Amino acid sequence: MDIYLPIAGQSVNALLIVILGGLVGLLSGMFGVGGGFLTTPLLIFYGIPPTVAVASATTQITGASVSGVYAHMRRGGVDLKMGGVMIVGGAFGSLVGAGLFKLLQASGQIDLVIGFLYVVLLGGIGALMLKDALVALDWVKVEAPAERPRHNRWVASLPGRWRFYASGLYLSPIAPLALGFVAGVMTVLLGVGGGFIIVPAMIYILGMAARVVVGTSLVMILAVSAVSTMMHAMTTHAVDIVLAALLLVGGVIGAQYGAVLATRLKPDLLRFALAVIILLVALRMLLGLAWRPDEIFSIEYL
Amino acid sequence: MRRALFLLGLVPLLTAQAEPKLVPDISARSIEIRYSFTGAQLLLFGAILYPGGRVPRDPADVIVVLKGPVEPILVREKQKIAGIWMNADSNRFRSAPSFYAVASSAPVRDLVDERTAAIYELGLQDLQLSPGGGALPDKERRFEAGLLDLRKRQGLYAEHPQGVEISEGVLYRARISIPSQVPVGTYTAETFLVSNGKVTAAATREIEIGKSGFERFVALAAARHGFLYGLTAVILSLGLGWAAAAAFRRRF
Repeated sequence: MDIYLPIAGQSVNALLIVILGGLVGLLSGMFGVGGGFLTTPLLIFYGIPPTVAVASATTQITGASVSGVYAHMRRGGVDLKMGGVMIVGGAFGSLVGAGLFKLLQASGQIDLVIGFLYVVLLGGIGALMLKDALVALDWVKVEAPAERPRHNRWVASLPGRWRFYASGLYLSPIAPLALGFVAGVMTVLLGVGGGFIIVPAMIYILGMAARVVVGTSLVMILAVSAVSTMMHAMTTHAVDIVLAALLLVGGVIGAQYGAVLATRLKPDLLRFALAVIILLVALRMLLGLAWRPDEIFSIEYL
Repeated sequence: MRRALFLLGLVPLLTAQAEPKLVPDISARSIEIRYSFTGAQLLLFGAILYPGGRVPRDPADVIVVLKGPVEPILVREKQKIAGIWMNADSNRFRSAPSFYAVASSAPVRDLVDERTAAIYELGLQDLQLSPGGGALPDKERRFEAGLLDLRKRQGLYAEHPQGVEISEGVLYRARISIPSQVPVGTYTAETFLVSNGKVTAAATREIEIGKSGFERFVALAAARHGFLYGLTAVILSLGLGWAAAAAFRRRF
């Protein structure tokens, strides 16, 4: 069934987009990530203009994280104070990200930067996750690493400490503010929620209690992706509400099934699978940069 | 003497009367883009009226051109730099038609000479793209070829050298297909009657291609009311997310 997308200005197979949203939703429900890192590249491979793909994927992330936030809120797995600080940072980040987006678009290097950041971020995180998963699954033996200090020295040296009771932390709000800022920039620029960066950073850099990490990151992703949608709607005018709705219909349903599936599978196996998927996306993006592209010429409307 | 001058003055009028006339029409005056729009087909047809109703032994040929609104564009070229393909060079074209299709009853080059083709823009090679700003002719040609090739493969530029059918020497018709990603705007359909290498008659019709109904509403809202549009998108995604969570909470 073909449907015309009013902003992307082309018709797409609606069923295919819903299935795509569903698959990404399934993964996001299983792994607790927004899934933007899959939606955006897949939409671009399908032929949606990159700007529209990024902006519309951002909208989908908001919807996909709602049920997660709801579940974690009920369990008390959210540090609202920490989340609030990160959201403020994220709002500033998306503002700066929107400026960067315009700048890069004008210089013609937006596709390169998106591709390059995807390769670096996904490649790095994917490799780390793969190593962790392999060790946890006992498929690879490594010597037990030295116990890492719970508090990062750099973070501890920042001035002005606040108490975050739910996270069990006494630290400067500058660190989570900066983390939120990075997530905000990434959301606008790449159309990813940034969960796969934020969650490890919250654990390893901030040293937050594991109980509240996922819930807090989801609250932040929800708010920051909503702000980024607004930012795109007002600056690039590239949010395609029809595309986003199609993705959401598949995505929110897929997320529910994913959450059920996640409880029935071995968590280390899940992490291994996610690492492989992330590395495959990174590899595809790398090939896109290094291979001779299908189109040497591209057109920009003035 | 005066009489001779008078007769001379009559000559163009007399020959003009001997020229055939064109009566063109199009299958649709406007095309509406709706949710199920996957492209459209336009039929450009009409009649050639020869003086006295007699078809000459060497009947005239017909060229039809469908042209979309002209827009300024920037064409970028990727080059491999340090092992990575990136946009390296660019060239500006001030007046590239967003859509261009030409159909003729015989290859255009066989019908008219280069000058005539350039005047009436009767072919992709003869488009007046107005490249901007002091680039070397070599580079200009490269970008022009790149632009034409890209848009040809997107279905936005097309040449149909045998696309016009003329039946009984008087009725002509040409079918031109429009892909789903055409830009909106006012399109012009030009019909040229060609005989002996000269354009002897021409007629122009306009076609309006626009989004309608919901699609038009969405496109306008996105462009004019960014804040409200964004808010709607956020509320929609929150609502759908919440609805799915609520629906599934009961089931599991």
